[in-house]
Amino acid sequence: MRAIPATLFLPQPMSRQPRAVALISGGLDSLLAARVVMEQGVHVEGINFYTGFCVEGHTHAIRKKDRARPKRNNALWSAEQLGIRLHIVDIIEEYKDVVLNPGHGYGANLNPCLDCKIFMVEKAHEWIVANDFDFIITGEVIGQRPMSQRRDTMPVIARDSGATDRLVRPLCAKNLPETLPERNGWLDRERLYAFSGRSRKPQMMLAASFGISDYAQPAGGCCFLTDRQYSVKLADLWQSRGRRDYELDDIMLLKVGRHLRPRPNFKIIVGREEGENRFLEGYRKRYVHMFPTSHTGPLVLLDGELAAGDLELAARLTARFSKGRDAASVVVQVGDLNGNVETLDVLPLPVEDIPADWYL
Amino acid sequence: MTDTVLDARRLLCPMPVIRTQDAVQRLQPGQTLQVLCTDPGVLHDIPAWCRVHGHEILDIQEGEDDIVIRILVCSPD
Repeated sequence: MRAIPATLFLPQPMSRQPRAVALISGGLDSLLAARVVMEQGVHVEGINFYTGFCVEGHTHAIRKKDRARPKRNNALWSAEQLGIRLHIVDIIEEYKDVVLNPGHGYGANLNPCLDCKIFMVEKAHEWIVANDFDFIITGEVIGQRPMSQRRDTMPVIARDSGATDRLVRPLCAKNLPETLPERNGWLDRERLYAFSGRSRKPQMMLAASFGISDYAQPAGGCCFLTDRQYSVKLADLWQSRGRRDYELDDIMLLKVGRHLRPRPNFKIIVGREEGENRFLEGYRKRYVHMFPTSHTGPLVLLDGELAAGDLELAARLTARFSKGRDAASVVVQVGDLNGNVETLDVLPLPVEDIPADWYL
Repeated sequence: MTDTVLDARRLLCPMPVIRTQDAVQRLQPGQTLQVLCTDPGVLHDIPAWCRVHGHEILDIQEGEDDIVIRILVCSPD
């Protein structure tokens, strides 16, 4: 057996500035983690993954009432605060396997948080290899999240992502084994942190010490898959189609409107206001759709295989959600997938005839 | 020089930003990119992306239905 040279265990200095990529979610923790490493003279760039389930962006753009809100992309905003580049990566297609087949299972809803984190670190690892960077930074804190940020899951993420000891969690590094950047002297362990638990105070104090006062409110609400109602709609989509799959448009539409399933073979998506109606208009060529012409009311998409009587039921529901809900009749225009148009004169469905379990 | 045109209409943020990022990577410094969009989120996001990557916004035009953003691709620093 050959002896391992003792020099292998000595710090490995670099001829160039060390480079790290930070997973930037737009929240405070990832912002701080990147900043802590930048303070040690490391060149940091950010990476942000777009799964299709991200909350910000779409919801702001669609609903008219949200249009007055600032539409900033928090990941880009974080990058600007840090003065670093941000690479936004579309992982919509690859991410399907994470959502559909999470090896570590789901959280309280259809959120595959641990598999998601492993996947994102894996993609970041591929990125650092392709771009000649040295390590990865995340804002994870032991005990912060019940599924993905626990003491026992931290090594699982490092191992299963392939990043191993090139994954640094600067906010809780002192609670974890030494990583390669620390051993090689690229990072001083003493200038990293030992945060743990759900308290946000240490992060807020650290933010204050950096002069950071404006940041996105920390919460688990950056992903629609953590939302119970959204998960119910996604599960309904899979059940009604008889297969677990989705396209980007499917998951976009789940974010918009009221969804009611009056029959097992079809559901309706009802625009709740002008912004949503405008968004749904973009789907008129791909869905049978209807809207009232005698009264102000919503655009409604019908998703599924329609049977006899379904159009009339959908039209009565459309009338129910229109300004003519108390009228004796409402005229509803129906458009099919071939561009044919017909009108139905219907009695709005009484509210007591709409069972609560039709609402998804 | 004629602008390279990117049609990002009906895409919701951050997709127009991602498409812009991909298009800019294929261009040389000094070339221009015209991005057609409908999501008002681009009014903030594309300029922010340009700032963090050092590219220049030449012009933003807001029409009734479309938003047109012209970008000058700059050299990496």
